[in-house]
Amino acid sequence: MSDLSHALAALDATGLAAAIRARKFSAREVVEAALSAIAQRDPALNCFTSLTPERALADAARTDGQIARGEDPGPLAGVPFGAKDLFDIQGLTTVAGSKILRGRPPATRDAAAVAALSQAGGALCGALNMDEFAYGFVTENAHYGPTHNPRDLRRVAGGSSGGSAAAVAAGLLPLTLGSDTNGSIRVPASLCGIFGLKPTYGSVSREGTFPFVDSLDHLGPFARSVRDLALAFDLLQSGAPTLPTLTRGMEGLRAATLGGYFAQNARPEALAAVERIADALGSAGRRAELPGSELARAAAYVITATEGGHLHLPHLRERAQEYDPATRDRLLAGSLAPAAWYAQAQRFRAYFREQARAAFTNGADLLLAPATPCAATEIGQKTMVLDGRELPVRANLGLFTQPISFIGLPVVCVPTWPSGTPGEGLPIGVQIIATPGRESDALRAAAALESAGVVSAPTATGKG
Amino acid sequence: MNAHEKSDHIAAYVDQAAALLGLTLAPEHRPGVVASLTLLGEIAGPLLDFPLPETLDAAPVFEP
Repeated sequence: MSDLSHALAALDATGLAAAIRARKFSAREVVEAALSAIAQRDPALNCFTSLTPERALADAARTDGQIARGEDPGPLAGVPFGAKDLFDIQGLTTVAGSKILRGRPPATRDAAAVAALSQAGGALCGALNMDEFAYGFVTENAHYGPTHNPRDLRRVAGGSSGGSAAAVAAGLLPLTLGSDTNGSIRVPASLCGIFGLKPTYGSVSREGTFPFVDSLDHLGPFARSVRDLALAFDLLQSGAPTLPTLTRGMEGLRAATLGGYFAQNARPEALAAVERIADALGSAGRRAELPGSELARAAAYVITATEGGHLHLPHLRERAQEYDPATRDRLLAGSLAPAAWYAQAQRFRAYFREQARAAFTNGADLLLAPATPCAATEIGQKTMVLDGRELPVRANLGLFTQPISFIGLPVVCVPTWPSGTPGEGLPIGVQIIATPGRESDALRAAAALESAGVVSAPTATGKG
Repeated sequence: MNAHEKSDHIAAYVDQAAALLGLTLAPEHRPGVVASLTLLGEIAGPLLDFPLPETLDAAPVFEP
């Protein structure tokens, strides 16, 4: 492996940008290496739905020009990145994993989030695979094929931002963008063994993205380090920067592990992962409860089906047969759901927010919960056994993420390794949940865990 | 209501609601839609039974 391809696989976005700024590599060399790695390895992984090599090389040339002139090339100088297929990319049609949108004209400008990373020096390499219209947890897309998990190609990458997570885990890109309505950042981050941030609802502009569920849609980054998550989030948001806070560690922060709903219906490795994180954060034995979590999940399910179904009603009237079968029936059913279900779900949201406030005011700044009930399932697997019950995989991978995004709380998903050796065996993620607007608290905890070697996201180079 | 009656009940609702919305369901899609709405109803059931205070506002535009 050359120095450059080794660097691409080993360095995070921050490290890569530093190497480019220090002229160790040119941005063009880095982007060419990324495009070459994608050409070589993506056929087996299927992370990308479109590549933008000309754009990436033009972005790199801009960075190299800035460096040559002694100008500031930005914090992401020459860093290859990608975005889930629902973010507008100038010159590409945004298809959101669908066939139906293929006939639409290309986007005339980048989504706000893509533009923010681009303006910071990032080099955009392409659009990434997803469940159709973001309605799923597995990225087994009927039109574009499944994305394979770089940790084990027979397994799913998780979804719906599966391509975004797998590209980072495989070391094809150090940084990608995804969306999370019910867990679509946290589930694939957990199954692929990388870091993911689902910020506070409303904190990142969704301008220029194809919507799914207005009440619940969030955007956020995937990365292999906590500092990259913080850097990317700071570029996407307008609040106080989180990156400078990471060195403060857990000082003044207290974590508690969610019991009840979050301690049931999980495989032992998921619960053990939470315990390891709790121990490392010095909060072993400290518990918190979030009453009503099961109904919160139900309400999120109802809001998702209803708003999603309504959004798609015009297409469902004319072109229902062109939808992915995994998506179509749920959208059609959601479009017909009685209004009383939806209204109750929206009112329950206000109720559940109060339950969460109480859980936090009882002495915890951070709440810990599994990200997924199990590690990655196999592609095509229909059911899994949790607590002795056989349950559908597709509906239940988001069991623990749905109640949290339902009330918009910020979450960092951190990767753990049940094998005890980072990069070996299948990873599983833990949610570090903070209060609204306090992404920095969750990021600080994640950074402390990363420094202690408790969580890490090594690149899956061998098997991918 | 037994499971069979419930399924008939939901199938009839699906047909009526689809007609009301001007949605023509292809015959091959109808069983999947009935099954999905049945599941949605099962999920919504306990939620609807939960007594919320009358004074509680909805949160359609959510401000955490």
